[in-house]
Amino acid sequence: MNNTSPLLSVRNLKTYFNLDEGTVKAVDGVSFDVLPGQVLGIVGESGCGKSVTIKSLLRIVEKPGEIVGGEMLFRSGSAAGPGPNGQAGEDMIDLARLDARGKQMRSIRGGEIALIPQEPMAAFSPVHTVGNQLIEAILLHQPVGKQEARRIAIDRLREVGVPAPEERIDAYSWELSGGLRQRVMIAMALSCHPKLLIADEPTTAIDVTTQAQVLNLLRVLQQQHHTAIIFITHDLGVIAQIADHVVVMYLGRVMETGPVDDIFHHPKHPYTKALLQSIPSVQAQARTQLPTIAGTIPHPFNRPPGCSFNPRCPDAIPGACDQHIPALHPVDDPQPVSCFLYHDMVDEEVAVR
Amino acid sequence: MSTAKTSPALPQVEEAVPVVALPDLGREAEAIYVAPNWKLVWWRFKKHRLALISGVIIIFIATIALVPDFYSTLPPQESDAIRSFVPPQRPRFFGPNGEFMYVYEVTGQRNPTTLMMEWVADEAKIAPIKFFTPGYEYEIFGVIETDIHLVGLDNSAGVQKFHLLGTDRLGRDQWSRLMAGTQVSLSIGLVSVLLSIILGVLLGGISGYFGGWIDMIIQRIIELLQSLPPIPIWMALTAALPRNWSVEQVYFAITIILSLIGWTTLGREVRGRFLSLREEDFVVAARLVGASQARVIFRHMVPTFSSHIIAASTLAIPVMIINETFLSFLGLGMRPPAISWGVLLHEAQNLQSIALAPWLLIPGLAVIITVLTLNILGDGLRDAADPYS
Amino acid sequence: MAQYILKRLLLLPLLLFIFSVIAFALIQAPPGDFVTSYIAELAASGSAMEKAQIDALREQYGLDRPLYIQYFKWVGKILQGDLGVSLDWRKSNLELISERLLLTLMLGGFTLVITWSIAIPIGIYSATRQYSFFDYFFTVFNYIGIATPTFMTALILMWVAFKYFGASVTGLFSPEYVDAAWSWARFVDLLKHLWLPALILALDGTARLARIMRANLLDELKKPYMEMARAKGMSEWRLILKYPVRLAFNPLVSTLGWYLPLLFSGSLIVATVLNLPTIGPLLLRALIVQDMFLAGVIILIYCLLAIVGTLLSDILLAWLDPRIRMEEA
Repeated sequence: MNNTSPLLSVRNLKTYFNLDEGTVKAVDGVSFDVLPGQVLGIVGESGCGKSVTIKSLLRIVEKPGEIVGGEMLFRSGSAAGPGPNGQAGEDMIDLARLDARGKQMRSIRGGEIALIPQEPMAAFSPVHTVGNQLIEAILLHQPVGKQEARRIAIDRLREVGVPAPEERIDAYSWELSGGLRQRVMIAMALSCHPKLLIADEPTTAIDVTTQAQVLNLLRVLQQQHHTAIIFITHDLGVIAQIADHVVVMYLGRVMETGPVDDIFHHPKHPYTKALLQSIPSVQAQARTQLPTIAGTIPHPFNRPPGCSFNPRCPDAIPGACDQHIPALHPVDDPQPVSCFLYHDMVDEEVAVR
Repeated sequence: MSTAKTSPALPQVEEAVPVVALPDLGREAEAIYVAPNWKLVWWRFKKHRLALISGVIIIFIATIALVPDFYSTLPPQESDAIRSFVPPQRPRFFGPNGEFMYVYEVTGQRNPTTLMMEWVADEAKIAPIKFFTPGYEYEIFGVIETDIHLVGLDNSAGVQKFHLLGTDRLGRDQWSRLMAGTQVSLSIGLVSVLLSIILGVLLGGISGYFGGWIDMIIQRIIELLQSLPPIPIWMALTAALPRNWSVEQVYFAITIILSLIGWTTLGREVRGRFLSLREEDFVVAARLVGASQARVIFRHMVPTFSSHIIAASTLAIPVMIINETFLSFLGLGMRPPAISWGVLLHEAQNLQSIALAPWLLIPGLAVIITVLTLNILGDGLRDAADPYS
Repeated sequence: MAQYILKRLLLLPLLLFIFSVIAFALIQAPPGDFVTSYIAELAASGSAMEKAQIDALREQYGLDRPLYIQYFKWVGKILQGDLGVSLDWRKSNLELISERLLLTLMLGGFTLVITWSIAIPIGIYSATRQYSFFDYFFTVFNYIGIATPTFMTALILMWVAFKYFGASVTGLFSPEYVDAAWSWARFVDLLKHLWLPALILALDGTARLARIMRANLLDELKKPYMEMARAKGMSEWRLILKYPVRLAFNPLVSTLGWYLPLLFSGSLIVATVLNLPTIGPLLLRALIVQDMFLAGVIILIYCLLAIVGTLLSDILLAWLDPRIRMEEA
């Protein structure tokens, strides 16, 4: 039972930004589960709310944003990994209810849920050595002394494949190449053996060869430490390589979710289908027009009523899709989808813009 | 047109697919899309309440500078040996005879021990004040003759003079002198900044646009000038001005002296802008189309940072005003018979004077208010014109 | 690092040379020469000089030779430590300047310490508690501080101290210590008088520096490494002090380059108003009575102080920011 009960369970998360010009509903009712040791890929275009979702998870959303609804149940406590019933007495904590700056959240952050940010260059302080920052992460969550922390840090660097780690540890971030920086970032994230690793577009800023190395590294480490990973990207190719389970987001809502093979081979939602179609492929017919999704992403203040995709959807049902928001359904199905093509209005929310 | 064999035609595209669909923003947002730059700056500026208020205050002060005599009550240069160190006569309202505004006439007595005049308000003698009354004659802009002043005594009570801000050692009316001083202080600030802009844009532009050894030389000059301590240098230069120069000569000399070191900051920034703008595509495009160097510089490059220059200049004016004020305060800048705020404060240089007549410090208040409002205005302009600076 | 400092130090003599030329040019600017004013002063007090005496004086100061020779004579004398004699004070300039220079430096140093101790916490607080009451209060205080010329502050405070406390706040020493030799008691007396001018000077500097610190910090607070540090689980205050404050410090240190000269110039103003025995009022008087040798030397000293400020800030900055060291290497 333990391996199928989720490590993280997000239910109907809503994170809004109250600006002078209006309220931006960056995350508007997102739900998904992450099982222990699983790689969950969140895919979607820019602006769909993937980054805000993970920031909400870590409770580091900047003002004027705040979590206005939903829950994020996380199985905190003892070390992750399959094993005997050490899980007895472990509760699911709702991360949304914790004090974002309080001790408990801070111990979870970095200790049990770690982040690999989007731009490793900017994420390091330029006036402190990478070692300093790596050791800091270790000291924050493990009861060790400075010497021991340094030893651990060097081990971690070696583990991620940084050559000559004893020297590299005293380098500054801008002295390292992009790929190396990313590796150090991964080392830092994994230094405290987190149960859940969140990778925010870790391959966007690097070239394809390095990308392959990083993905490989992540997979190896994930298997070794049995860490669950939430992998954010807009690159479907990467998702296909690394994810076990996929969540497709659009404009702050989940369009479809399911096992990676099902999503790729049997996509249900028109948006998912369009995304898959728009990948340029070597096998496609030459000199034909690349299919694109008609229209553009609506301005955040100008959300369409009803299903957020309906203005651009080739299969939109007038009268339904433009008035009511479909829910992710069926809940017990391995591949639930929010689309009226697949189910009628079942305990729906009536569209309120 | 070649008739060589071409590869098979591309499959027909059914209908033109818009490459970029403009987002539907609504009427208001669209107006923002197409507005020219100065309008955008103005709209942003309007939101800054404090800057707007400051702007209004500055405009008001500027009117004083333009026609100081209108606001004065007595000729600024007229001295009156008897009426020395009269304290400010506070205007009061709703007098016993139905006057709207009035002051108490003061009577003076010479203190037998200190031999100083002591002034006491005589509540029996009421001197009514009216708006837009005739007073001494003056010329507006040296052309139009008139004698109307904003406030003045209603001569029916037989009282000759009143002093809203008291008098100084020589019995000169401080209020009128304050008004007169506004003209000099404000204009020196403005003119020296204008000179600095000219020097800065010219030299900075040449330096940034042409690069190479011209740039190097001008850069070194700027660095040198910036490493000089400005105040001792200004002091030395102004002290060197011959004592027998006329007021106008001294005026121009001071503006030149102040701008000689003042242009460097702007020059540096302009140079930086030119250096980066030089590589921009639109500049290259203009050159390729055949525009002359001058046209490229003035028509294409300068407008991109003109709003920044305006904002930076507005912030430079108060600095210049303070500089002139302080130089004159030391006795090195403008000198009597010229009147500027600094010259007025020169009278309040030491403890004895201030202890005797603290109202002599009021021109300092004028400096503070002017500088404060100019700073707020400049900040507002800078935020509106250059949010990324 | 040492290389970097060395390069900067090598430039020093060149700059000093240029400054000496400028200072010399400045003191030649007024019409007439050194001797003319001396004669004028003598005439005013009733005595006269014979032509032979006048000529002898002229020759002694090299005033009958071309300008460049005068310049070299002047520089030569200074390098030998002979700063000339003040005709106004009837003392050697060296004597006049040395103690005053010390006091100028002390005033400057004191003010610097006060300014930084106040400005940095204010800046940090304003940036982290943006839009709070305190932030607005400091913003207002800032604006007024920058708008009020230093001499006005000095005048107002002088008046307030006199009117409400009956205190005379001029000078840096109580009468009994003015000409006394240095002792601990004298030093304490100095401190008792030093705090007011230092405070007045610090007002302007604090306003500017706090504002800069606030602006820099606000910039840094938005940067991605902040988010990363939070994501690691650091507590808010610790991470603010360790990262953005540390990074915001760098531009602050570079402000020393222009702040130090400003500080010394400002001390000139305050010293004039409060009649302090520093080199500022000495310069003013020298300029007014055209005691040009003295004026020239003091101007040179100000130039030197200005360069020292820039040099100091460059060195400090290189020490604090490893990126700069790398760039220069």
